[in-house]
Amino acid sequence: MGRLLRSAIVLLLLMTVITGVLYPLAVTGVAQVLFPSKANGSLIVKDGKPVGSALIGQSFTDPKYFWSRPSATTPQPNNGLNSSGSNLGPTNPALTDAVKQRIDALHAADPSNTAPVPVDLVTASGSGLDPEISLAAAAYQVPRVARVRGMSQAQVQALVDAATTGRQFGILGEPRVNVLKLNMALDGH
Amino acid sequence: MTTFDFFQVVLYLAVLLVLVKPVGSYMALAFSDTPNGVTRFGGGVERVLYRLAGVDAEQQMGWRKYALAMLLFNMAGMLAVYALSRLQQWLPLNPQHFDALAPDLAVNTAISFITNTNWQAYGGENTMSYLTQMAGLAVQNFLSAATGIAVLVAVVRGFTRHSADSVGNFWVDMTRSTLYVLMPFSFVIALLLASQGVVQNFKAYVDVPLMQNTTAVETVKDAAGNTVKDAAGKDVTKESVVTTQTLPMGPAASQIAIKHLGTNGGGFFNTNSAHPYENPTPFSNFIEMLAIFLIPGGLCYTFGSMVGDRRQGWAILATMLLIFVPLAFGAIAAEQAGNPALHGLAVDQHASAMQAGGNMEGKETRFGIAATGLFATITTAASCGAVNGMHDSFTPLGGLVPMWLMQLGEVIFGGVGSGLYGMLAFAVVAVFIAGLMVGRTPEYLGKKIEAHEMKMASLAVLVPCALVVICTAIAVMTPAGVAAVANPGAHGFSEILYAVSSASNNNGSAFAGLSANTPFWNVLLSVCMYFSRFLLAIAMLAMAGSLAAKRHVPPSAGTLPTHTPLFVTLLACVVIVVGALTFLPALALGPIAEFLMSVR
Repeated sequence: MGRLLRSAIVLLLLMTVITGVLYPLAVTGVAQVLFPSKANGSLIVKDGKPVGSALIGQSFTDPKYFWSRPSATTPQPNNGLNSSGSNLGPTNPALTDAVKQRIDALHAADPSNTAPVPVDLVTASGSGLDPEISLAAAAYQVPRVARVRGMSQAQVQALVDAATTGRQFGILGEPRVNVLKLNMALDGH
Repeated sequence: MTTFDFFQVVLYLAVLLVLVKPVGSYMALAFSDTPNGVTRFGGGVERVLYRLAGVDAEQQMGWRKYALAMLLFNMAGMLAVYALSRLQQWLPLNPQHFDALAPDLAVNTAISFITNTNWQAYGGENTMSYLTQMAGLAVQNFLSAATGIAVLVAVVRGFTRHSADSVGNFWVDMTRSTLYVLMPFSFVIALLLASQGVVQNFKAYVDVPLMQNTTAVETVKDAAGNTVKDAAGKDVTKESVVTTQTLPMGPAASQIAIKHLGTNGGGFFNTNSAHPYENPTPFSNFIEMLAIFLIPGGLCYTFGSMVGDRRQGWAILATMLLIFVPLAFGAIAAEQAGNPALHGLAVDQHASAMQAGGNMEGKETRFGIAATGLFATITTAASCGAVNGMHDSFTPLGGLVPMWLMQLGEVIFGGVGSGLYGMLAFAVVAVFIAGLMVGRTPEYLGKKIEAHEMKMASLAVLVPCALVVICTAIAVMTPAGVAAVANPGAHGFSEILYAVSSASNNNGSAFAGLSANTPFWNVLLSVCMYFSRFLLAIAMLAMAGSLAAKRHVPPSAGTLPTHTPLFVTLLACVVIVVGALTFLPALALGPIAEFLMSVR
């Protein structure tokens, strides 16, 4: 028993050094050399300063911007310090109410658009930080953004296309539009 | 279901099946009793570790000593995690200056990680220092997985050895699992993940300016910490303008690799693999899904290889797939059908070339329906428990699939090692039932299955079932248990049933609306996790000890072959019948009731 206990404690310490110190340091070393930008958060840098991450969405409510997926993080939406989903069950009336409010907000920003709203634009993302929206959710917003900015829909659509990523390797995941990159391109237009 | 949904599942299964044989035969070499290229390659490191730890690698252990070594090793790991998380405020690598964890949360987290459950009653990015994550939690990701593999190898030796009083050496099996299997595989997976955008650094969190300011709404609390109410009884809130976003950082890729490979599932960040820094692209998602089944799938082949009849391993794998594949398609179809509650609203839930459609609440755009539904099925078939979408917001039937897969005892792939030894318990029960039908003493892999083996197998099958049923009952009868529920009605009961099923089968995923970071839940779930994990492992080691002592019985005309489609079907039926009979009443009160209400 005493000998087993000694082996248990010493092996735990040795394994902690190997898997808890050497292993993460080795991965960090290689990743920082091979993929420095990705390993450091895929930051978007402007004038030497980070102005956002290509992977972390921000919240938009101004009609001149494309809006992101709704975010259920607290106390503010898209809070990077507290990722979370709404965890509302499908039959919870609070979910239906939240969706109605989001539809109303979209309609208020663009009363002329009476098309059904793409579902991802009115449902909270899993992380509360989803950087992307579906192509349908982008297309739904193109007329509004074009009108508010005094641009043609074709000009806006071109910027949407530039921020679009297809299915990876043609099969994996879903085609999608990066909202932060798109809005930055709009402001820089 | 769309064509792309279908082909993503097919591609996943194809890649997995291609990898089973190479990974399985590699592991067979790593755990072989005879020296070979693999064990010679790492022999130097092994010898240094054994010398420092005072381990005699040649010494064979009986099952009792093997179990004692396993328990002591895991107990030491538990104390280490507890100490790190209680002392982190004074230790290095804590750039955000996180405080110590409360004692009940620290105990729950320590037990959670040593039992390979990785239930998390906390959010990583606002609770754990980098040191606690990498030297406490990530280490247990490795060691709990290595423990599972070690116990499995010992159980398989029970079948392969005869007239023997030993099942192997725990220290050697655990060390080899870590050095030869988990570390090198994790290293490759971690780099693949980093290439996709999973963060891997030791920097402090980064503040970035927001393009458009947002508003933070917080409830006002009085000096005693209670929320202040206005005259109408509503919470008083205060608003403030937010101009920056804080991006969390840390050594995530290295930890996430082993979180999946070791079927641990404990996220670096609160939303686990839904978080863009934990699972940034569809390809990282594919790698993470593949990593979950890689070892449990490969071990089936290793098992066949070790018992000298590869067909035995393929038969087990076929049984797992027989149950897994229909449930995966079922979950995806349920989610793709969307939420009936939104049908009356101006919402488009149809799948098209422009959108995934379906029930997108709690899901990420890049994964859509297929990659989320498949992930949910994989993570609960295996006892991983990582999530890339919020299971609490799944449709009733979409949420039923992950819940039931856990309740089946985590034997459909299951945890690394533990899934297969759990399935072997079911196989023993299956040959026993077949033996009863034809009136012969049952045999499995050349060993007579007698009263002792049946007792141990029944224990292994029934302990998790009993924990789920009893502890769910305790939770719903206790005010502190019910208070944690977030959603009303049948769904609230589902949250409780899901949490207890998850802990009692060492899965770790959650219907995350449940506010589980309370003393009641932390203690209840700790009990579930601990006893399920170690009672099951000890029962299986006891069975291995008794099997190893028996003589080998050559197969006769009356022996039921256990590599045939007949046996595969029988085994699948036993797993399903135990799971269905035990849990149908409870499921009827939760997801099934909710489904019937939602389609009214």
